[in-house]
Amino acid sequence: MPTETAAALPARSVRTSAHGATARARLIRAWLPALSLALVLAAIAWLNPRAISYFGFSLMLNLAIPIVLATIAQLFVISGNELDLSIGSFVGFVGCVTATWLNDAPWLGAATLLGAVCVYAALGALIHVRNLPSIVVTLGMSFVWQGLAIMMLPTPGGKAPAWLQAISAFRFPFVPLPIVAALAIGAIVHFGLMRTSYGAILRGSGGNPAALARAGWSLLRTKVVLFALAGFFGVLSGMALISITTSADANIGSGYTLLAIAGVILGGGEFVGGRVSPVGAVVGALTMALAASPLLTFMDIPPDWQVAANGAILIVVLAARALVSRRED
Amino acid sequence: MERSRALLAKPWLWSYLGALAVWLAAIAFTGGHGGGGMLSAALALAQFTVIVGIGQMFVITLGPGNVDLSLPANIGLASAVAMKVMDGSDSMVAVGLLAALACGAAIGATNYLLIRALRIPPIIATLSASFIIQSADISYGRGLQIKPPPGFADFTNLEVLGIPILALLTAAFSVVAAIALHRMVYGRSVLAIGQNSRAAWLAGTPVGRTRALTYTLSGALGGIDGALLAGYFRGANVDIGNEYLLASLAVVVIGGTSVAGGRANVPGIWGAALFLVLLLTMLNTFGVSAGVRLLVTGLVIVAVIAAAGGQDAQR
Repeated sequence: MPTETAAALPARSVRTSAHGATARARLIRAWLPALSLALVLAAIAWLNPRAISYFGFSLMLNLAIPIVLATIAQLFVISGNELDLSIGSFVGFVGCVTATWLNDAPWLGAATLLGAVCVYAALGALIHVRNLPSIVVTLGMSFVWQGLAIMMLPTPGGKAPAWLQAISAFRFPFVPLPIVAALAIGAIVHFGLMRTSYGAILRGSGGNPAALARAGWSLLRTKVVLFALAGFFGVLSGMALISITTSADANIGSGYTLLAIAGVILGGGEFVGGRVSPVGAVVGALTMALAASPLLTFMDIPPDWQVAANGAILIVVLAARALVSRRED
Repeated sequence: MERSRALLAKPWLWSYLGALAVWLAAIAFTGGHGGGGMLSAALALAQFTVIVGIGQMFVITLGPGNVDLSLPANIGLASAVAMKVMDGSDSMVAVGLLAALACGAAIGATNYLLIRALRIPPIIATLSASFIIQSADISYGRGLQIKPPPGFADFTNLEVLGIPILALLTAAFSVVAAIALHRMVYGRSVLAIGQNSRAAWLAGTPVGRTRALTYTLSGALGGIDGALLAGYFRGANVDIGNEYLLASLAVVVIGGTSVAGGRANVPGIWGAALFLVLLLTMLNTFGVSAGVRLLVTGLVIVAVIAAAGGQDAQR
């Protein structure tokens, strides 16, 4: 017995120190999204100190909320091990509905948007039942949404409902609206997905579907719920976008597919295994929103290279994470 | 019964039937006019989808998660590079084609390096890469409306008895690809990795090298496709490859290649590509608006994949 303890002791201490390194790596990893945001903010502050102000943030983060909402939509889909390549054109479609029907005939508009959420839920069911590759299905759907958007609004135009404009024109004292809204969205989704029991089931449907099914949970239901939530947040994103731009265009959401995926991944999400972080995704989306244009404009990067900069930021952050993860192993 | 089950077991046969159906619908609408011309135009357009489709097929066959989303950007950049190197002179055609091939292969190799070195999923790696490539193309090709050399443009548009020469070459290449897939060590390795990459590795298959080669091949095919497209449409532009993201994925899945990896089908790609092109031709004949065309294309692709691709994925 004593010999066994003696033999076990050093082994355990080795394990604890290894555990310590793993925990440290995890900590760095968890803080990586915040670190990226801080870096981007520092760069902006250094390049243009005047931008760090109430007015500056209101301007720079003007379009951040639609991006945050689209990122949350993508987060739900990624939680279930799927990917939505149609979120950008869906946001564009919602924008067109918001600027036309929701303004002229509110009930028809609301019913259409509700119907669109139902289509998302149905897609989740279809993907699950027929075991289809979500990237191909959603890529096909991106044509559908874009086609519908062009049919509704062949030329840019329309008008945002007055109540929607009033919401986005609201000003909080001291803290710009986008920051308050981002905090609220992050808190709500974090609570729903990370702190409730069904949230754990939803994440589990991406983490270990087989175990979940064996425990008696319906995988069809989790997928439908995840896609419906994605549709719901996609609708919110489109409405938020139109509340700011006040008019719509069929291609208005085209960049959002990349921004949303990038936001989730920057925020510490993994493609497989239901490992996502809503707060991280919000931070990631804000980082992308700031990096996407204000930072690049301050750095005098020509518009040609702004898309490339988005891709490059993504690669750099993933490289940093790969380094950290290697230590985690 | 037995026969219908055999037919159902080959979902790619449906793609040919679908192509036939939309062709007949288009001819019925025109009252029997221009059916042959429609077919040669469809062949001429389908070949471009087939070329990238074959590259995408090899990538997808590597197993779940493997996909090349950088093809549209790759095609765009390669088309600009090819036209710039050829510089309107027929004597530089071969050099231009080689340059496009090298450009595409370099993009493919970079994709694999990103996947391998950063351990990021191929979807994100190729997507991020595609944004950098796209910017490079916008910056490189800015304001340039580069025309292909006249000889090259004529060659890519050349038809003999209504059959485009390029389509014949693509068909020959498809045969080579099918042989490589089913009879050569490379193709068997790709299939083995797609079925079970760990088992393939334990059996001594060079997994890393095969994957690197596959991504490079897909990139190279995208590059050559870009050059040929620029010749066919008599000019390079940034958006020339845009439609080939959905098209390359759709033809692979509709054509009967398993999205779970490990099972691939070359003839199905031709059927699916002809189906997609003829579908667009049919919609154009009907004279529908751009919005309806997008809507119908999307719906048909989702419906066909739901009908045909599903069982394939269920393993």
